[in-house]
Amino acid sequence: MADQPAASLKKTPLNEIEKELGGKMVDFGGWELPVQYSGILDEHEAVRTRVGVFDVSHMGEVTVKGPDALSMLQKATCNDVSKLEDGRAQYNGLLYPTAGFVDDILIYRNAPDDYFIVVNASNSDKDYEWFRECAKGFDAEVRNRSAEYAQLAIQGPQAEKLLQPMTDVDLSRMKYYRFGKGKVDGVAAIVSRTGYTGEDGFEVYVSPEHSTRIMRKIIAAGAKPCGLGARDTLRLEAKMALYGNDIDHTTTPLEADLGWIVKLDKGDFNGREVLRRENAEGVRRRLVGFEMVDRGIARHGYPVVDGSQEIGVVTSGTHSPTLKKAIGLAYVPPDKTAQGSEFAVLIRGKETRARVVPTPFYKRAK
Amino acid sequence: MTPEDSKYAKSHEYVHVEGDIGTVGITDYAQKELGDVVFVELPQVGSQLEQNEELGSIESVKAVSELFAPISGEVVEVNEKLKDKPELVNTDPYGDGWMVRVKLSDATELDVLMGAEEYDEYVETESGH
Repeated sequence: MADQPAASLKKTPLNEIEKELGGKMVDFGGWELPVQYSGILDEHEAVRTRVGVFDVSHMGEVTVKGPDALSMLQKATCNDVSKLEDGRAQYNGLLYPTAGFVDDILIYRNAPDDYFIVVNASNSDKDYEWFRECAKGFDAEVRNRSAEYAQLAIQGPQAEKLLQPMTDVDLSRMKYYRFGKGKVDGVAAIVSRTGYTGEDGFEVYVSPEHSTRIMRKIIAAGAKPCGLGARDTLRLEAKMALYGNDIDHTTTPLEADLGWIVKLDKGDFNGREVLRRENAEGVRRRLVGFEMVDRGIARHGYPVVDGSQEIGVVTSGTHSPTLKKAIGLAYVPPDKTAQGSEFAVLIRGKETRARVVPTPFYKRAK
Repeated sequence: MTPEDSKYAKSHEYVHVEGDIGTVGITDYAQKELGDVVFVELPQVGSQLEQNEELGSIESVKAVSELFAPISGEVVEVNEKLKDKPELVNTDPYGDGWMVRVKLSDATELDVLMGAEEYDEYVETESGH
């Protein structure tokens, strides 16, 4: 049974309305947030077929500005930030020199010398300090802006139809991973066509004092309030990594099957030597998607075994509400990564068969 | 409403006794705490259960929980419907969402379990409401 959240937890600006809406509040990395309202399956289905709204105000925001902003970000991350244009967002890895993840982040380019960066909640202080460390010797100003923004994610096939009447930003012309600035319900906002669900949708950044009113309007317009539980099942079906589960300071982007964000030829960056070597010699282990062959759900931390030997670990696992089967991600040795390969997961001491399958597990129709 | 005619364990299982057969499941409070149940692992007919020992497990979307036997005895029936419809645990925990039927080996074990009123008070204390 889940523990009751302690009084010392951090609260987002939407805490009151979440309780009013019947959110079941839990401790999520030090934040008091709803794990669910009506139920994970119900909320998950709403996002896949209609539209749901999530409070993601716990996410952190950092800005990097100045003549050296680009070169500093190029040094700190593995994707090629120079490929960004104004009004575009990019998924990227903030790396240590070991090529382990400090965090996975979204970088929005306002101007060639002005970037808005979204980081994971539990990492925001660490990331801010790391950015400041990376900025040494560069003419770039790093600021932690997390307290200035509430963030709402409106996700699902009906997201555009729901949000457009509330904003002067032209959503019909906004492509995936683009953003615009304008007004939402009359107040300044950043609106991006991004999300963590594998569905079409938007993320809206507004000043905290307006967030409750906007959330009410979004719900009144037909969005189902959704919690962390559905956020997790949705992102896992879309095979989007969760920091602390699938990636952390011990895993590299190549191990995490995120080769598409590794640009070895962009110039020097933290971790490049390690990634070059991994690229040339192959990784020791790689993250794969699996589904269970035997009955059971393999969850975070369960060992992958070969006889008596532990050969890997499950990093995420759940019942997929869309596919109606047990799915998950695991680090396994290179010889177990081919589609159709089978391996055993220890579920409460019992060897349970799983099979490597193509990912993402779920892909929306275009 | 917590049924008056059953007995309750601190680990949130109920047992409803008729003759020497006890029907075991989890309480309404427990199913709400778990959320959507997607898989229930139960023992086979013929297995022997010991009071307070693990009887099986229950997976909701978000987590796995262990089930504990509220009484000792032999499993005489398991609810086969839960294989295809585990959600019955959510929709009808005291009815079609039952899990196993047990032939009680020691009826005096029932004395250590709680009655409905006592269980409701216990839940209120535990949940801090």
